[in-house]
Amino acid sequence: MNDRKKVRIASCSLAGCFGCHMSLLDIDERLFDLLDLVEFDRTPLTDIKHCSPCDVGIVEGGVCNAENVHVLKEFRKNCKVLVAMGACAITGGLPAMRNNIDLWDCFQEVYQYEGGLEGGRIPNDPELPLPFDKVHPIYEVVKVDYFLPGCPPPADAIWKFLTDLLAGREPKLDYEQLHYD
Amino acid sequence: MSKTITIDGKTIPFMDGQTIMDAALAARVYIPHLCHNPEFKPHGSCKLCTVKANGRLVSSCTMPACEGMEVENGTKELNDERRDLVRMLFVEGNHLCPTCEKSGNCQLQAVAYCLGMMSPRYNHFYPQREVDASHPDVFLDRNRCILCELCVRASRDVDGKNVFGLSGRGIGSRLVVNSCSGRLGDSDFAVSDKAAQVCPTGAILIKRQGFKVPIGQRIYDHKTICQVESQGKTGGEEDE
Amino acid sequence: MEPCEFPHIGEHLAPIMERHGGDATRLLQILREVQDCFHFIPPEAVSCIASHLKLPRAQVEGVAGFYSFLSLSHQGEYRVLFSDNITDNMLGKPELMQYFCNKLWVEPGKVSEDNLVSVDSTSCTGMCDQGPAALVNGWPLTSLDRNRLDLIAELIRMKKPVAEWPAMLFEVRDNIRRPGMLLGEPFEPGAGIRAMLARGAEATLSEMDVSNLRGRGGAGFKTASKWSFCHAAIAEEEGSMICDVGGNPERFIVCNADEGEPGTFKDRVLLASYADLVFEGMTVGARVIGARKGFLYLRGEYRYLLQPLEAVLARRRAAGLLGENILGETGFAFDVEIRLGAGAYICGEESALIESLEGKRGRPRNRPPFPVTSGYKGRPTVVDNVETFACAARIAEKGGAWFAAMGTAQSTGTKILSISGDCARPGIYEYPFGVTVEEILRDCGAEDAHAVQVSGPSGTLVSWQEYGRRIAFEDLPTAGAFMVFHRQREMFAAAHNFTRFFAHESCGFCTPCRVGTQLQKKIMDKIAGGHGTPADLEELKHLGHILGSMSHCGLGHSAANPVLDTLRKFPGTFERKLKALSFEPAFDLDGALETARKITGRDDEWAHLS
Repeated sequence: MNDRKKVRIASCSLAGCFGCHMSLLDIDERLFDLLDLVEFDRTPLTDIKHCSPCDVGIVEGGVCNAENVHVLKEFRKNCKVLVAMGACAITGGLPAMRNNIDLWDCFQEVYQYEGGLEGGRIPNDPELPLPFDKVHPIYEVVKVDYFLPGCPPPADAIWKFLTDLLAGREPKLDYEQLHYD
Repeated sequence: MSKTITIDGKTIPFMDGQTIMDAALAARVYIPHLCHNPEFKPHGSCKLCTVKANGRLVSSCTMPACEGMEVENGTKELNDERRDLVRMLFVEGNHLCPTCEKSGNCQLQAVAYCLGMMSPRYNHFYPQREVDASHPDVFLDRNRCILCELCVRASRDVDGKNVFGLSGRGIGSRLVVNSCSGRLGDSDFAVSDKAAQVCPTGAILIKRQGFKVPIGQRIYDHKTICQVESQGKTGGEEDE
Repeated sequence: MEPCEFPHIGEHLAPIMERHGGDATRLLQILREVQDCFHFIPPEAVSCIASHLKLPRAQVEGVAGFYSFLSLSHQGEYRVLFSDNITDNMLGKPELMQYFCNKLWVEPGKVSEDNLVSVDSTSCTGMCDQGPAALVNGWPLTSLDRNRLDLIAELIRMKKPVAEWPAMLFEVRDNIRRPGMLLGEPFEPGAGIRAMLARGAEATLSEMDVSNLRGRGGAGFKTASKWSFCHAAIAEEEGSMICDVGGNPERFIVCNADEGEPGTFKDRVLLASYADLVFEGMTVGARVIGARKGFLYLRGEYRYLLQPLEAVLARRRAAGLLGENILGETGFAFDVEIRLGAGAYICGEESALIESLEGKRGRPRNRPPFPVTSGYKGRPTVVDNVETFACAARIAEKGGAWFAAMGTAQSTGTKILSISGDCARPGIYEYPFGVTVEEILRDCGAEDAHAVQVSGPSGTLVSWQEYGRRIAFEDLPTAGAFMVFHRQREMFAAAHNFTRFFAHESCGFCTPCRVGTQLQKKIMDKIAGGHGTPADLEELKHLGHILGSMSHCGLGHSAANPVLDTLRKFPGTFERKLKALSFEPAFDLDGALETARKITGRDDEWAHLS
């Protein structure tokens, strides 16, 4: 297999739980087949901090804070094809359950009412990503080319999706692979 | 000699007074729908069952069948539009499937699977809606209500109770409960009511039953809603 | 539970309930009066009314929550609603409303802290030729400017009852600029009925047929056909007849005075100054179809016409033109009851109107059956527009051939237009059908007109290249609105205003309209805010397609017309607002961080997004 022909893939998790990435690992021994076809850029597996030009970007998680936007825009800029993987990236998912709660109440609950935090002060450190009023799916912030639903998408769905995509086919899931839960 | 219509070229008999949907259900031909349930008076609000009858777009659940009517149902054009309607239902409410007990038995989800909805496409409304856990046996989670009024019809026409109604207008339409406090627990609603069994989504859930059937073994986990309905099963029969 | 705010509400409501009896079809009328009394519908009142009318409480709450002039939460003692039609906006409504709010220290859409006043927008109030207009506790205020608003604010601060405010604030002018056979020729009350009685009901229906009168509400259904279908529906249902006191099968005739299409105000003038003609037409129709009872469904915005109209009815009863044995004809009995709407455009749709008449939420019914076979209380019902009845009275008086001699082949008679917007002489113009847009523009003194919105937002946008087009069912059908836009107007603003209107007025029954009108409005808001992209225009077209094909009724079907028409005829007005980028976020990223910035007190580089 010629390395120069390998498809370069980046992935990240924004407001997600890394469950989709865990599901990706669940393709088990097929990972070896995958590695014949692709090379990884920034992913949670490689410890590369920034995304460089890639063929495919896979984003898990929704957009809940300013830092998510920076990462997402970097992915969009560098990736020819951007994939929203999992319920959070596609609908906001579980983090979006906070969308019905006032942000001020969230802060108070976490920093002021919850025991154990000395002083109960709301932090203002610039290094902490500032949260949005609401959590949004990634397609409300950048253009997204493909969607791979599921919480998480089953390993077979991820495999089917990736193999279709790598083979130049329009990705299409079988009925039992399409799930929103 | 019985009268007939055709749906996508297939000849289907009907009796006078039957709608296109009635005829299709009797012949086990699936026309996507959410607000329709043959046990109740047709409503015609979800618009998923829109078909082209003799060239005109009509709701099949309310349009009477007539001799020789040619109905288009499973066309790409119609299914594309139905998928968009389902997307609209998803974004106007808070449908977080991973958090919902009904997942796998939910007709909204099942229709979306059946129509191949990969994303809600439209921007989410994330509305502020009320959850009511006041009743000892039933949850009411308006986040998942699609305003099909099946519970309204069941309570009014079968249970004779009028526990539910609709208030507000337009996007502010909301399900209301027939009690002074507006809470389900203060109404005469009972878990044995028909209205507790008919919600196509997870808006009305019977407590302590949610995971009796594990995820993965639910109605639409392996069979499409089209297959399920073509075998003669109607909605609302899950969880026993 | 919260303590009861109105423990003795039953006593307060007793006189209202007594006046309306236990008639559940009068629910909306009762709720209107309760709203007037308490400035909202208290929850205790909902329960009390429900038990009195033997209705489920949820149904009463459902009706109270549907109409925009009713409110389930507190409103100000003075509720000022500014008309939000594009013509009001062009006359300075946004600035004036803000000025007024600042004066009274109240935010639009909110109630002042002392519960004294609330200020908000409302859909077109039908005063486009004398705007900017508003309603105070339901009463129309016209020709608003800063001076008048200063005075109004002062009256409110002094807590002066609205009934004692200076009359000039409430002056509504007819502004009839061009009268024709309806508005210009004298009419003696009873002339139409007399002629009909002399000719006979059957022969009068034939005259209606010969006249080829078509419905003036815009749809243009032939009136004689509607009347004869209703008549035929009675004959067909022998065996299961519900009879009135006289032993006749019950049927109804309804005058649709829910003139809600923005830019339309000709029915207001007909009802204010030609009510005899309208009631005469209803009486003629009643005789033809055999109805003993008629309703005039008057839009809530025109409640100021209620008393004058009641006075006309009383005068006609005294003159033997209504009541039993009309004009001495034994067995010819007919009377009219006026019912008020409460702020819902959808009730102009005939089946929604019937629902509203029955005291329900104004939700368009599934059809078939049509109202002519199953209308009010399930009985055969004819619903016609105000102007249609006025025409019918003239036809009864003067004959079908006389009428058919005016207008064009398929559009006989005249059409009353309500002209507003950028012209020197806004007001009421009556033309024979077939008149060109160009002639009208000349008559009303519209110079450099760039476009005309004919028949309101649900109608057609006519560009300057199409001024040769004619007002007629064959070309430009119209309910009467004619809004003129000068060359310097931004057509995008009109389309934006109209999408806001439809989103506000969608009844919420069907998915495509309930959600689609909101999605459409959100995209228009995004474009207006300078964040639109070409992809958003494609999305608008896509939504327009779904609205047009999948909606339940005419509101949804036409809700995308303004956007689609404007995109087609004035693409530049959109394009000038677009960003060159292919994609823009759906929301304001930096704005969505504002709350967190406030909470944390941060304003550093990382607390912002560009």
